[in-house]
Amino acid sequence: MKRLSGFILFATICLILPIIFPDNYYVTVVGLTIFINIILAVSLNLLMGYAGQISLGHAAFFGLGAYSSAILTIKYGLNPWLAMLAGAAFVVTLSYVLSRPILKLKGHYLAMATLGLGIIVHIFFVQADELTGGPDGISGLPTLSFLGLAIDSDVKWYFVLCSYMLLSVLFSLNIADSRAGRALSAVHGSEIAAQMMGINTAKVKSHIFVFSALMASIAGSLFAHQQDFVSPESFSFFFSIELVTMVVLGGLGSTFGAVIGAFILSILPEVLIVFEDFEVLIFGAILMVIMIFLPEGLFVALKNKVAAFLAGRQEGSK
Amino acid sequence: MALLEVKNLEKRFGGLKAISDLSFSVPEKMVFSIIGPNGAGKTTLFNLLTNIYTPSSGSIFFKGQEITNLPPFKIARLGISRTFQNLQVFLNMNVIENVMVGCHLRSKSGLIASALRLPSVIAEEKNVKQMAFEALEFCGLSDYADRPAGGLPYGILKKLEVARSLASKPELLLMDEPAAGLNDTETAELCQLIKRICDSGITVLLVEHNMSLVMEISQTVLVLNYGKLLAEGTPEEIQRNPEVIAAYLGEG
Amino acid sequence: MDQLLQFIISGLTVGSIYALVALGFSIIYNASDVVNFAQGEFVMIGAMSAIFMLKAGFSYPLAAFIAIAITAGVGLALDKFAIEPAKNATVVSTIIITIGASIFLRGAALLIWGKEIYGLPPFTTNEPIRIGSATILPQNLWVMVGTAVTVFAVKYFFDHTKMGKAILACSFNKKAAYLVGINVKRMLLVSYGLSAALGAAAGLLVTPITFMSYNAGVMLGLKGFCAAILGGMGNSMGAVLGGILLGIVETVGAGFISSGYKDAIAFFVIMLVLFVKPSGILGKGEAERV
Ligand SMILES: Nc1ncnc2c1ncn2[C@@H]1O[C@H](COP(=O)(O)OP(=O)(O)OP(=O)(O)O)[C@@H](O)[C@H]1O
Ligand SMILES: [Mg+2]
Repeated sequence: MKRLSGFILFATICLILPIIFPDNYYVTVVGLTIFINIILAVSLNLLMGYAGQISLGHAAFFGLGAYSSAILTIKYGLNPWLAMLAGAAFVVTLSYVLSRPILKLKGHYLAMATLGLGIIVHIFFVQADELTGGPDGISGLPTLSFLGLAIDSDVKWYFVLCSYMLLSVLFSLNIADSRAGRALSAVHGSEIAAQMMGINTAKVKSHIFVFSALMASIAGSLFAHQQDFVSPESFSFFFSIELVTMVVLGGLGSTFGAVIGAFILSILPEVLIVFEDFEVLIFGAILMVIMIFLPEGLFVALKNKVAAFLAGRQEGSK
Repeated sequence: MALLEVKNLEKRFGGLKAISDLSFSVPEKMVFSIIGPNGAGKTTLFNLLTNIYTPSSGSIFFKGQEITNLPPFKIARLGISRTFQNLQVFLNMNVIENVMVGCHLRSKSGLIASALRLPSVIAEEKNVKQMAFEALEFCGLSDYADRPAGGLPYGILKKLEVARSLASKPELLLMDEPAAGLNDTETAELCQLIKRICDSGITVLLVEHNMSLVMEISQTVLVLNYGKLLAEGTPEEIQRNPEVIAAYLGEG
Repeated sequence: MDQLLQFIISGLTVGSIYALVALGFSIIYNASDVVNFAQGEFVMIGAMSAIFMLKAGFSYPLAAFIAIAITAGVGLALDKFAIEPAKNATVVSTIIITIGASIFLRGAALLIWGKEIYGLPPFTTNEPIRIGSATILPQNLWVMVGTAVTVFAVKYFFDHTKMGKAILACSFNKKAAYLVGINVKRMLLVSYGLSAALGAAAGLLVTPITFMSYNAGVMLGLKGFCAAILGGMGNSMGAVLGGILLGIVETVGAGFISSGYKDAIAFFVIMLVLFVKPSGILGKGEAERV
């Protein structure tokens, strides 16, 4: 159980917070945004951090999940859970079809292709107004209910999103120490050596791309119901970049790094609310400074420091 | 039947023929060395055998099956593994994980099972770790198991590549200049390691510039020059061959 | 048919701008293997600086000159403070660093110049010129001619000057260039400055037609990147060709399909190119060496 001690601590904190502070704005309102961002950052980290495949278009899958739920429930009256499932199925299919040609590319080309995908999907949200409501988006999604219990308050949403977030984190941690996770790291480390060890690199990359898109799509559906509203703004190129920043800030390749990165970037706007105009500047500065001076990320750097310190103490006591 | 058979292999890079009309066959359970001056096409040959480069023409057979156009991972599945002249260690992992990747073909849990960490995954993990430890031990690396591969000395990384390949239990192991950059003690250790690999029933195809090592452990030596086969024979025959001597002397 | 001619004229105009941005991309890419996502911000900074220099009472040519100089300075600073300190960075890291730089510059522009949209007066009178039933504005001609002149100047610089050749040498082989006594660091710096100046020139040329604001550089930069890939990453003349083609395809496509999808068309084309021939029109595919 030592493997999961960090996770258990984290889960306990998350689940206790709303009980201690049931009416705290930062817990039950900002908390929801943080959870969504954590899920997205963790899923992006599977692709970028584990497998080393950059994606500048992750928001597209998040958006497709959200719009699928909005359109299918409102325009076609589908049950919200079925709509979520249909959205997920669509995203899985789309991401699978695109994964092979996209992930054949590397470096700048891969960046361009994923960015292109994100932009095309975003433009579609804005332009296909008969379906998507155009720039104004769609509002008035039906309430989601779970086992007959309507999820209609911030606290209830807290527990729903928190559960999905914890599940994502757990999946990600599990994948890290497994045959599948090692195959991804191998692809990251040296694609040629990975192939020589019998790894079908194209397949492995494609699977993680689809898995990560699926996680984002479900997050999108939940987001749409929780906000009761979808509009293109939430799924722009800039949001994709913000997700990349979260992953990089905490530390590429580390699940808790993604969690911490998502946490910091989600509360940043709340903290900076007084100097709103500085937000963009600070955001850019963080991205540059971290990547130049601390390329392994805040969380990972800290973890290494602590590990080195502990190792040093052990040496000393010997 | 020969384990590996190469027929009329050719590789062109633009105007340059890096390998031309090369045919040879490697019998089972031996050390078969390929030597030749810098740029002779030795690494290119390995890249062709593992289909990292696609041959311009010719064919390659492994255990009688044609593998010329199989993707590298399928070639690995058939039982061929290799090490690299320019190290391709997974520097983002620690030593034991590197070798566990070598066990990929001997285990099977997929992405979903891993995410859910099903009981079968837990059992397999244990097993894989065990296999990886055995390979590390075989190469004398057990002390390094939990060290990150990133900071290790060159000599250790070279051995690590061997351990990783062995973990996949290949029948044929291609080694590209394993002794390059090693000191005398390390080279002597390597020599023993290759002998033990061969004794364990694995056929070794060795590319190496260190002649005393080659002459000591090989049963057959093939000389490449400008991508062409210059000579093939026992170490003694090769050492006496005037053409080989001329090629090496001419090279400087 | 007449409509097509009109589309081609506007396509050539935007295409010229993309060509300049793409040329800037490829200069930096050649010199340092970095795809500079802040290239579009150079366009914006060039244009915005000129706008405010004009407001401050400088003459148009002087304002333009100062704007180019300011932007070149930003380019130098980008190399000095963001690229140079991050030696040994991976491709992914450099992508993220330059994205960070682009956001940072945009944030700075927002603080300095605010969110308003500005324009520049056309270089000369703006009486439309008729060609058959299509019309062309003098500023469109300025854009095309300005681009052509700039491209030839850049080509001359790389083919015939000592410094240009030294930069090219760096792009082929940094170590060798260093060994023959070329100051590689300085050549990188020059490349960034030059590339930024090209961006500024694009901004000056295009703003009288399309207006400018603190965040207008983003799309221009991304399109320049598309153009550079279309032409063949790292091939300067390919970049120019890619820019012009992209401009025409996008404008004609938007004209016949829907103008709302204009940007989507450009990215769609690029994705097709990436799937079919990632090395672009003039690029050579190369095998990875092991
Ligand atoms: N991807 C490639 N593209 C173009 N030429 C190549 C490529 N790979 C190898 N070559 C050329 O093929 C020839 C053979 O190279 P190779 O690396 O196979 O030589 P080698 O025998 O392994 O040499 P060394 O002993 O130095 O390792 C060389 O001239 C080399 O430049
Ligand atoms: Mg070689």
